[in-house]
This record gives sequence, C-alpha cells and structure tokens, in this order.
Amino acid sequence: MRPEVTFEASVRRVEGPLVFVARNADLGLNSMIEVVDREGRARVGRVAALDESTMVVEVLESTLGLGVRDTRIRVRNEPLLFGVGPGMLGRTFDSIGRPLDGGAPLPAVRRMRIDGLAINAARRALPRDFIETGVSSIDLMNSLVRGQKLPLFSGAGLPHDRLATQIALDARLRKGEDAGGFAIVFVGMGVSHDTAAAFRDAMASSAALEHTAMFLNLADEPATQRLLTPRYALTAAEYLAFVEGRHVLVILTDMTNYCEALREVSASHGELPSRKGYPGYMYSDLASLYERAGCIQGMPGTLTQVPILSMPGDDIGHPIADLTGYITEGQIVLDRELDRQGIYPPVRVLPSLSRLMNSGIGAGYTDADHPALANQLFACYARADHIRILASVMGEDSLPEVDRRFLAFGRDFERSFVNQQGRRTLEESMAIGWRLLRGLPAQELTRLNAQQLARYLEVSPHA
Amino acid sequence: MTEARIRWISGPVLRAVTADVFHAQEAVAVGAGALLGEIVQLAADEIVAQVYEDTTGLKPGDLVSGTGQPLSVRLGPALLGHIFDGLLRPLDTQGAFIHPGLGQPALQRFAFEPAVRVGDTLGRGQAIGTIGTPRPQQCLAPPGISGVVVTVAPAGSYREDEAICRIRRDDGATRDISFAHSWPVRQPRPLERRLPIGGPMITGQRVLDILFPVARGGRAAIPGGFGTGKTVLLEAIAKWCDADIIVYVGCGERGNEMAEVLDELPKLEDPRNGRPLMERTVIIANTSNMPVAAREASVYTAITVAEYFRDQGQHVALMADSTSRWAEALREVSGRLGELPGEAGYPAYLSSRIAEFYERAGRVSTLGGREGSVTIIGAISPPSGDFSEPVTMHTRRSVRTFWGLDRGRAQARFYPAIDPLQSYSRDAEALAQWWQIQGNPAWTAQRTAVLELLTEQAHLERMARIVGKDALPAPQQATLLCAELVSEAVLRQSSFSEVDRYCSPQRQTAMLSLVMRFVELARAAVQRGVDPERIAAMPMRALLQRIGEQYGEHRIADIGALWPQLESDFHALERAQPAAPPAAEAAHRAP
Ligand SMILES: Nc1ncnc2c1ncn2[C@@H]1O[C@H](COP(=O)(O)OP(=O)(O)O)[C@@H](O)[C@H]1O
Ligand SMILES: [Mg+2]
Repeated sequence: MRPEVTFEASVRRVEGPLVFVARNADLGLNSMIEVVDREGRARVGRVAALDESTMVVEVLESTLGLGVRDTRIRVRNEPLLFGVGPGMLGRTFDSIGRPLDGGAPLPAVRRMRIDGLAINAARRALPRDFIETGVSSIDLMNSLVRGQKLPLFSGAGLPHDRLATQIALDARLRKGEDAGGFAIVFVGMGVSHDTAAAFRDAMASSAALEHTAMFLNLADEPATQRLLTPRYALTAAEYLAFVEGRHVLVILTDMTNYCEALREVSASHGELPSRKGYPGYMYSDLASLYERAGCIQGMPGTLTQVPILSMPGDDIGHPIADLTGYITEGQIVLDRELDRQGIYPPVRVLPSLSRLMNSGIGAGYTDADHPALANQLFACYARADHIRILASVMGEDSLPEVDRRFLAFGRDFERSFVNQQGRRTLEESMAIGWRLLRGLPAQELTRLNAQQLARYLEVSPHA
Repeated sequence: MTEARIRWISGPVLRAVTADVFHAQEAVAVGAGALLGEIVQLAADEIVAQVYEDTTGLKPGDLVSGTGQPLSVRLGPALLGHIFDGLLRPLDTQGAFIHPGLGQPALQRFAFEPAVRVGDTLGRGQAIGTIGTPRPQQCLAPPGISGVVVTVAPAGSYREDEAICRIRRDDGATRDISFAHSWPVRQPRPLERRLPIGGPMITGQRVLDILFPVARGGRAAIPGGFGTGKTVLLEAIAKWCDADIIVYVGCGERGNEMAEVLDELPKLEDPRNGRPLMERTVIIANTSNMPVAAREASVYTAITVAEYFRDQGQHVALMADSTSRWAEALREVSGRLGELPGEAGYPAYLSSRIAEFYERAGRVSTLGGREGSVTIIGAISPPSGDFSEPVTMHTRRSVRTFWGLDRGRAQARFYPAIDPLQSYSRDAEALAQWWQIQGNPAWTAQRTAVLELLTEQAHLERMARIVGKDALPAPQQATLLCAELVSEAVLRQSSFSEVDRYCSPQRQTAMLSLVMRFVELARAAVQRGVDPERIAAMPMRALLQRIGEQYGEHRIADIGALWPQLESDFHALERAQPAAPPAAEAAHRAP
C-alpha cells in the first residue's frame, strides 16, 4: 500500500459538493482523498474527473466552511476502501463506516473496495433455500429465498419498518438452522433518529442486537455521504457473508432517500437529467448495489437484501420503484387501501412478485403442493379482483352466482389470509389457503390437479 | 504502434492527445492494465475513447495505444457451450469476482477432419473441414478469402490458432487459415443474398406459434414492464425453439438469470435430438453491475457470433435481454461526450442503431451457398411499462413480430402474459402454408377465429361492466365462456411445468383443433337454446382447461381420441335440454 501523502492544494473553486483542485499530485480516477480544512477537520472525498491541470473532487461530506486558500489535501492513491474485520456485529457505524457507538475502533483484517467487484455470473450459485418469514402473503404467495434481493415497495406512513423488522427477527429456515451463522446489517439512509432507535430497540428486545451491524446516515447528513453508506454497509455484509461465511440479511431503508441524493449530486455535476430529474445512470447505480446480493459457488455464506422504498405519490411507475423493480428479484407491494381497512401486513398480493420463488419451493424444498396452491390462489384472487371491477357500476346483484362466490373469496382472502396477527408457519398459511378455496366451485379450480382436489378439497375425481 | 496520452477522464470516457494517426472505431488499450476501449470521436490531435472496463486509477498522462483494428472478437470452435462477457472473454474460467483487465481465452485444441485436398479450389465461404466439438462445427476461412489450397493439415488435433490450411489467392498472395479468426463486431458479415421468408421458427410456445409466429430469419420484440415475463419467455424460447444454435445475450440484466440458464441448460435435452441443450448455446453475459460501455458492445458481439454460425449453414436464434439497457448505455456515453440529446435524452442516432441491429437478422444464402438464418428476438424494458417511449417505438418500426406483455395478465399469473390485442405478426400469412404442410389445413381459420373471439371478449367485458354480466344475452355469455376457455386451455402455458413447457407443432394442432371444436359446438348449442351455465358445468370443459398439463408430448394421440367424447357430450347436453326458453328470449330476461 502506498503511503499517505499530504500536500497543500490550491483549491480553485467550491461548487456544491464539488471541489476543483489544482492537480499537483499523480492521482488516479476514483482515488480516495481527505480534504482537511483550516481547523484540521478531515472530510472524505473521491476524484470524480481529471484533466492535466485540475481534478474534480467530490466531497462526500458537507463542504461548508471549506476555504479556497487554506485547505490541505491528504491522499491515498487507491479507491475508497473499508477496513473490515471480526467484531463488526453488535456495532453501530456512521455513514462512512466509522464507529458511532463510542466503542473501540475496529480491528481491520482486510481492506475492501467499497464499490465491491461484480460477482461473476458464471460463479453464482442459484438461491434455493426457502426462508420462512412467518408472513402468509410472502411465504405462500411470494416466497423469499436466501441470496435474493426482494424490496418492499411502500408509501409514506405505511408499516414497512414494522414488516422489515419482523422479517429480520422472525425469518428462519425450515431445515435445521445452522446456528450462529446469521447476521443482520441495517442500513439507514436519510432516516430519522427515531426510525434508527426503533429498529435498534426491536433488535435489542429479542437479543438479535449482537448479530446486527447498523450503518446510519441520518436525515441531516449530506447527500454525498448518503451515496456511500450502502456501499460501506454492503462491503461489511460481503465480508460477513463471503469471508466469515454467515447468512446475512441486509435491510436498506429508505432507497428513496438514496435516489434523491443521487439526483442532487448529479445535478451539482451539471449532468443531463433523465426521467423526473434523476440521472440516466440511476439504473446502473442501483444495480451496483442490488446485484451485490447472492450466493456464490463454494462459499458458505449468502447475502440477502430487503431494500425498502417509499414510492413517491404511491406510484409504482415512479422511476425509483420502476428501476428497482427492473433490477430486484421481485417486490412486495404495500397498499394504502388495505392499510386503511386495518389489514396488516397490507400486502397487495397481485402486483407483488418473487422471481426466485420457483427455485425455492415445491417438492424437496417446501411442500409438493405449494406451487399449485399459490398459483390457484393467485388465479382466484385475480378473478375476484376482475369481478370487483365488473361489479363496480351495477353492484353485486348483477352478477351470476359463481361470480358472487369469487367476490366473497376475495374479501375473505384479504381478511383472513393476508391479514394476520403473529407468525404463521408455512403449513398454517397453506391450511388457510385450502380452506378459502373450499368456498369456490371445484370446476373453476383449474390450477389444481385431480389428486389435489381430492386430497384437500374432498372433490371426488368423477364429479 | 500508435500512442496517445490521457488528457481528461471521467467515468468510462477519456480524451487523449496524440501526434499519431488513429482511426474511427479503432480498439485501444488503456493504461497499465491495457483495458479495452474503442475510439468514438477523432480530432486532429485528440481522440475520445470509451473504455469497456472499470476506469478506477486511470489518470492524465496514462498511455492509450492503438491496436490498428476495429473492435473485434475471435470466432471459432471454442464458443458453443460456454459463457462470455460482452467482449467475448470467457467467464467460466474466472474467479468469483470479476477483476478489470480480463484476458483473452486460453487457446484450446480440437479435432480436425479435412474436406479439401491440395490443389482444390476453395471458394468463398466454403468449408475447409469439420471440427470435432460435441456438436460438429465447420471450419470456415474468414469471409472473402478464397483461392487454391496449397497445404492442408491431415486429420488430427490442432490448436485454435495453428495454421491448418494455406491458400494461394488469385493475386498470388498466400494466406494461412486456422480454426479461429477475428471479425470486427460492428461490421455485418457478408452474405451471398437474402432469401424470402421460408418457414416459421417454432418456439414451442402456443400463443406465439399459433397467434403471433416469427419466421426463421425474422425479427421480434418483447416489450413489457418489469415482472411481466420477458426473461422467462426468452429463456423458454432459447430452450425449446427449433433453431440449431442459440446465442443468448444478457445485456445489463441480472446475474442470477445467467446463472440459472447455465444451471439448467446442461440438464435439459433438445426434444428433437436428445442432446444437452447447452451444446447448441453460446451465452454472453454483461450483467447490470458490469461496465456500462461493454453493455453497448455486447449486442454487437452477440450478433457477430450469430452470423458466424449462420455462415456455417445453421439456423441461429439470438435472444437479447434487454435492448433497452443497450440503448441506455448509448445514452450514457453520448451524454458524457456532450452530444445533443434527443427524445428522453437518447442520442439522435438511436433509431438508426436499432434499425441497423435488426437488419442483421435474416434468412440468407451464405457466401458458401448454404442456407442459414439469424432470427433476432429482443426484449424491451419500457420505463413504467409505457410502450410510447423511444426504444419501443423505434423497435416497432424494425421488427415484424411484436409480442407485447401485459401487466394485468402477469399479475393474475396468466403466463405468457402476451396481450393478444396489442401483439401482432406480419409474417403470419406467409407461414400458413408451412402449417398446412405440417397437417393443419385449418390453421389460418383457427387463428383468425381465436383472434376474433379475444377481440369480442374485450368488447363484451366493457359492456358487462355497464349493464351487468347477467344481462348479456346467452350467445354473448357463451362467447365470454369460449374466450376464457381458449385462453385457459390453449394460450396459457407455464414455463415451469415439465409437461407443458414445450409444445410441439403436432400437439399444438391437436389441442387447438379440439378446443376450437368445443367452441363451435358450444356456440351452436346455445343457438339452439342450451343455457351457457350448463356448458360451463360440463366436465369436458374442465378437462380442456387442464389439457396442456394432462396431455404431454407422449399423449398427442390421446387428445385426438377425445373427439368422439366431445361430440357425444354435446349431444347429451342438447337431448337432456329441459324445456327452457330459447336463447333469443333469455336475452330479454329482466333486470
Ligand atoms: N411463461 C411463464 N411461465 C411461468 N411463469 C412465468 C412465465 N413468465 C413469467 N413468469 C413468472 O413471472 C416472473 C417474472 O418474469 P420475468 O421473465 O423475470 O419478467 P421480466 O423479465 O419481464 O421482468 C417469473 O419469475 C415467473 O415467476
Ligand atoms: Mg427480465
């Protein structure tokens, strides 16, 4: 590793988070830099562009108070690295990986690039281990598997934090859990003090805190830093997963704040905006975070992500939700209307999706009849939804008897399946599912085969 | 060798000063790691290049050296059955994480069987011999090379770059030929001439083959919002279509999807010859977390590989998931170059790039006089699923088959979620003859009937919303019932069902004919006063709704055997008809 060099730089201009510095050191693109002000306070930055005489440094903290003449630059000619090592669990870090809990500094055994390296697609192992979250609308309908990236698409004021916390605490494997091997990384981006505190309290009350590392970028911290927080946290998560061999669940909240920061920084670079002012590279930028989830052949640990985003205006077509949906392996959509009806968790099942479900459920993974049951419930609930629209003008009375039974099914599905208090095993969720189907005419249940009809719905094959 | 020194760098784009002569689109090696790049703009003493790898650490003063060649890839026998990055560098020999500066593939040995003798005249595009890979390949001279064979290696095992044949060209110059040769990706490989539409490329997916078929050498697009089924459909086609060679390019999409293809293909057998599907497949993976500029190159790499196999007389299918990411990469680089943005920030040349790409599809007579084809199927990821955005609109003008995916169907888990009212195939008419020869003379009539039924269904549902479903006259209720049956029984097909994921043309014909016969009989019965509810309750209807799952490829004959049952069920229905008001009167039942 090259030694640190400190030199006086002549800062030529400060513009938002960007500092234009005379180029009198031989630095490469993306090098890490510390900008030290008059009082000796260091701020982290990175080299964003270079020409022969100037380098553009993106300061990742506030540039407030930086002078043009009295600023020194301390450099390391290497990209941003994070010193990771044992003992990260149970600790709390700031936006850029510095201990925030007053505890001892971390004994770093490895310095890893915060941007990570792309996982070689040819070396990925397929995520296949079903995680039982205890939530029916997830476990039965949109199953989560280890190594998946499955976001919660939510809206302001909806109980996404509660659901995410519940998943973090309740999730377990159905096969005997390999004990001690799990870890939770909580990444708060632009979150309020109370969100962070609530999460910590929840973890503490169930003794999960010692398995948890928290990275906090609070709402009042600069936007540039917010772009780094998930990168530090994911670097820690990669270390925990692929070096220490743990099964790591990363909760990222709130991706919307992250994207706003991205937009802000992009604007300060004078870049041409794409949709709604967000930069054209937002897809690639988000992918550089989300694609860090996964399983790797020959490595024991896994990295699962549950990012949370609040959809501006509850609009699933908003660029933040849209681009996320194009990258992640599905989404769990929370719905204001269900929430208003007092249904918890207010999961809107139809637009929700788990793309990895098929590889983690069925015979040998969960239950041989799990896929068919999920399919049938989807088909029936979608039909109920469709009939609801048909009936919206003329009322239920204009409907044939069959359709009315579907409507009743739809209501029941929301009230007694989606809605739940406490944890349910997959078996319990499936039992409710079969019970609901019994209220429908058997000949409409085309996603089930004769054996399933006979076994669960007591329909004789020759009926 | 030409040299330049970096003057400015930001992200994947650099400017470098030079006194040497560089050429437009020349490939360059950048910095100490010799990162691969390509010149995108030239001025008197300055070049602008995009770099295909992570530029971290590069700085002004670093060396940029010219290669004298446009961006090229090495084509040869080592491609089939393997996975590569966007610049055709093998990934299956790399570690868990990709470091910048991937090397070129190690040279491999292959068995060779000559097909020419010394003194023979080797015409353009003619094969020199056969290369012994699991799926035998032809050894071709690079396009345009012809002459008299001076030496040719005897049968044996040779390394990819070893000369196995020497040719004296007309101008007297000699040229050594080996298994592999390199070809610039942005330059279409020459062909003798284009051929008109022949037969369809059978995808094995009923909704596509029956309603919106694509021709061999055709061009199809699959637009759809996230989660509507683009990737699963592309993968299904890659697995089950009747092409000889598959080139699958994952352009800016998920790593896990590539891993899944890699995991599955070796385990699956080609239904036509029992060989592992992986043997016929080349995978090019430039996932969303890999460098953006290489995303742009990857689709050209893929089409070049496809053309290479076409030139061996093969029918090739190229799947590109997703062309939108390619367009976005163009936009990003264009933005960094400071070009004037057009619609939605895309450069003005977006539409011509898309057109040029699809133009490389086609059924052709190769230089060697063989018939070969490249069929392109490109996924499009329109922002918020809105088809009026630039990439979808420009692509629409370039393709002949359009498979629009519908969010509502996908959310109801009705797959493939093809919207029959938005999709089309301009090749359907030309392909009718093929189906006739294959034993379904009624194909066109059935296809038209299905499309009409689905159009009517949409119309009736709008009406039912206003007047109430119960108020629809019996024949219209029957139409709704029939449309639902056709959707359930024929159009729906799960890619995850071992029985139904592939449907041969014979089984398609058997299923479609039977279901359309049901529709005919149902409508006739209702005309004669049978209550649609009684048709809905028929066990035969329930059976047909599960027919795809119950009657796999081995039970095609059993489908035919259901005909008498179908006819007699309807007879029984009408005979047992209670004294009910005829349909016409039922229509006037109160609300
Ligand atoms: N033909 C199909 N058969 C069965 N399931 C499908 C099919 N198409 C899509 N799906 C389901 O929909 C999910 C999303 O499909 P995918 O192709 O990944 O969407 P897209 O590429 O359009 O974002 C899949 O994970 C799968 O569960
Ligand atoms: Mg996809």
